[in-house]
Amino acid sequence: MGHGGKKEERDEESGAFIRLGPKILELLTKLGEVELEDVEIEAEELEIWIPTIVPQAILAPPAAPAAAAPPKVVPEKPREILVAEFKPLTQTYPGRIVEVKIGATRAEGGSRGRVVKIGGEAAPSFYLWEEIPPNPPAISADVFDMEVSLPRALRVHVQEVIGDPAAWAKLAVDKFGADMVTVHLVSTDPLIKNTPSSEAAKTIEEVLQAVDVPVIVGGCGDPKKDAEVFKRVAEVAHGERVMLSSLTLDMAEAGVLGEVAKAAREHGHVVLAFTAMELNRAKELNRRLYEYLSKDSIVMDLTTAALGYGLEYSFTIHERARLAALGGDAELQHPTSSGSTNAWAAREAWMKLGPEWEPRELRGPLWETITALTLLLAGVDMFMMMHPAAIHTVKEVVKNLFNWGRAKPEDIADWVTLKV
Amino acid sequence: MGEAVKKGVRELSPLDVYMLLPRTNCGKCGEKNCMAFATKVVNREAPIEICTPLIEEERYRSEYAKLKEILAPAVKEVVIGVGENSVKVGGKLVMYRHEFTYYNPTPIAIDVTDEMPENELIERVKRVEGFTYNYIGRTLKLDIVAVRSTSNDPLKFKSAVEKVAKATSLPLILCTFNPDVMKAALEAVYGRRPLIYAATKDNWRQMADLALMYNCPLAVFSQGDLNLLSSLVKTLLEYGVEDLLLDPGTFPEEGLSETIIRFTMIRRNACKGNDRLMGFPLIGVPMTVWLRKDAPKEVLQWKEAVLAAMLIARYADLLIMHSLEGWVLLPNIILRFNIYTDPRKPVSVEPGLRVFGNPDEYSPVMFTTNYALTYFTVESDIKSANIDCYLIVVDTGGISVESSVAGRILTAQTVADAIKKSGIEEKVKHRYLIIPGLAARLSGEIEELSGWRVLVGPRDSSGIPAFLKEKWPPKE
Repeated sequence: MGHGGKKEERDEESGAFIRLGPKILELLTKLGEVELEDVEIEAEELEIWIPTIVPQAILAPPAAPAAAAPPKVVPEKPREILVAEFKPLTQTYPGRIVEVKIGATRAEGGSRGRVVKIGGEAAPSFYLWEEIPPNPPAISADVFDMEVSLPRALRVHVQEVIGDPAAWAKLAVDKFGADMVTVHLVSTDPLIKNTPSSEAAKTIEEVLQAVDVPVIVGGCGDPKKDAEVFKRVAEVAHGERVMLSSLTLDMAEAGVLGEVAKAAREHGHVVLAFTAMELNRAKELNRRLYEYLSKDSIVMDLTTAALGYGLEYSFTIHERARLAALGGDAELQHPTSSGSTNAWAAREAWMKLGPEWEPRELRGPLWETITALTLLLAGVDMFMMMHPAAIHTVKEVVKNLFNWGRAKPEDIADWVTLKV
Repeated sequence: MGEAVKKGVRELSPLDVYMLLPRTNCGKCGEKNCMAFATKVVNREAPIEICTPLIEEERYRSEYAKLKEILAPAVKEVVIGVGENSVKVGGKLVMYRHEFTYYNPTPIAIDVTDEMPENELIERVKRVEGFTYNYIGRTLKLDIVAVRSTSNDPLKFKSAVEKVAKATSLPLILCTFNPDVMKAALEAVYGRRPLIYAATKDNWRQMADLALMYNCPLAVFSQGDLNLLSSLVKTLLEYGVEDLLLDPGTFPEEGLSETIIRFTMIRRNACKGNDRLMGFPLIGVPMTVWLRKDAPKEVLQWKEAVLAAMLIARYADLLIMHSLEGWVLLPNIILRFNIYTDPRKPVSVEPGLRVFGNPDEYSPVMFTTNYALTYFTVESDIKSANIDCYLIVVDTGGISVESSVAGRILTAQTVADAIKKSGIEEKVKHRYLIIPGLAARLSGEIEELSGWRVLVGPRDSSGIPAFLKEKWPPKE
């Protein structure tokens, strides 16, 4: 504030000023001169400092009547609004994100009624004055191939279809409005049910028949088993351009990455390259995949941590990845996917915290929504989600964000006098 | 924007600062020499004012002025309130948090009006003041009370503001576009340095006079017109008002893109374009969603929560909200905490053995990972339940249990090694290890490699007390 050591002295003077404040303002604006007679200064009442720009006339000691003083030169203050145009800083970028198409129509060799394109951006996310991105972000709803433990707020919406992935997928598309579905083949985990790859492939076929949107195939996390399952699925879903979720450096370590990537190429699929919040690892995995796949068949998952449990790291790694990609780092020029359902790993999403934090039925899906939207603003292109209210909200936000220049914003000044 | 672009916070080197310091190595700042102090200043670990010769001695005056100039943040820091009960707003050095770190977590103001019955008014203010949530050992709170004049009556507004000021020591925002109404309230709380909301194209002169007279920060509101906003800022600066905040308008729903884009353009100009007129804190007003009166309350609360979160992520330095519901505010105060965490600080804690309470040789032994958030969550659950136990913190490179299991960083081998290294085998007589529920798949292998029996614990550490009650000591 820079008032330094003179504070006390100024406080004293300002006391007179403040106590007369309102009157002085009137006088200043109307008459331009002030009398300071009969002012009593009570130091103990003083509470604030005065700004240094107060005209000197007011600060003159009471002993010297203002009227008797020579005319003061008060700096000229503007009487009208001074015009200063706002010019937004606009940049262009050497890099561009590749566009990835998920799903294939009949004409393209698959059987999807619609396909989803993501990526293709040439500016940071929602810098719409620089570029309207070619594709809006998309949402894929999570479906599990077996009974899984879910928080109640989630379970109530899928109760009827748990254990029936095809029916679940249909519900997610017809009722939740998902653009795609992700079938998590968790039962293939050798430590859970160890479902054989042939059966897993059958599940995917059933889902492909039940819905006509693009399908994402989720593994169990065991690199060897996933490789086996993905190869089988790639084969039976030939031409459908499913996305295999996900391919990892662990697969490389286990010596199976190449065969999975090759299967994806041969049968025309997309892969999701997963790394745990480390851009150098993400680049390394992409480099390995380039040996087998074209750039437009690779989407990145840089890890989504829940709101309250590391979301800031996800936020920042996505911002960094996108800026680096636009800046010309070719190995990061891929669209990104977020597992936003991870939001439910946060205890605040589902736990009883006391009556003042209820209802959990709203708190939980809000947790998922905000986790996804934070990453949307960091540049994420597609979201794997679960709660219908969260899916609905993210879709609505995306629609509104893409409405730039077309919408007529309502008059909002009234918020000050609004009677709620 | 014609001037040379000021060095960004990351380009500024300790040498730039050192050259302007007295270079006497007097040590009054507590550092060994001026270079060490310069390094701290550049890292924003010490304010330049700690160097007393620089401040006090006349001969360094121009150096001090230059230092203030090169160290000034791209977004000015403005103080609302006074002393202990003040809140700092803005003070941003960078556009993206990874470029340095964000300072001054977005304060959240909750509104009250001058037409509320007195008991409701006081009750709401007390609820704002009493709102707290404990998150990994920190107390998260609300920050400001915004008093709106819905009556447009000077006496009513003055009376309400007086009551609020009496009921709480929180900083205040006074909201009315009518200067006469504003003046009445300012007279009542002049010592509190409230934020004056707001100057517009119609009232800027009177509001500027009030801001100067009462030494208060002034919000500038321009509904969606950035040329006007820029012009008003220029005018007010010339007029002598220096502590400004900018409200470019928070448009909900269909206007969302307008909102997000304007906030982004303004911050970009301030941080990357050297546009001094835009270098002031931004006010977001998620409560504009309440202008839609036809929607059910819960829907508007939901929409307000969503809008607030997007504004926290996109450059709002202050938020004014209406919802006081816990479920609306909780994700937002946690998001704010997250986004404002210093990204330069490590994500992990030291691996090794931790001792809680007074464990004996039959006390439980558990393990978790060294991801800071995981560790602090487990720690706070153990402490709040007063459990006597040992906790082995396994080095997973700062990755959580679930991710490190999936990523094969947390394996039976790393767990077995951590047990050996921790020295726990000399401290307890039993050989039962409680493992996180999310690492259940490792149990068999851990038993084989370590020789310890595994008890699979809860998936969330909040279940530890109940788990121990039921399963400890082991029945076999």
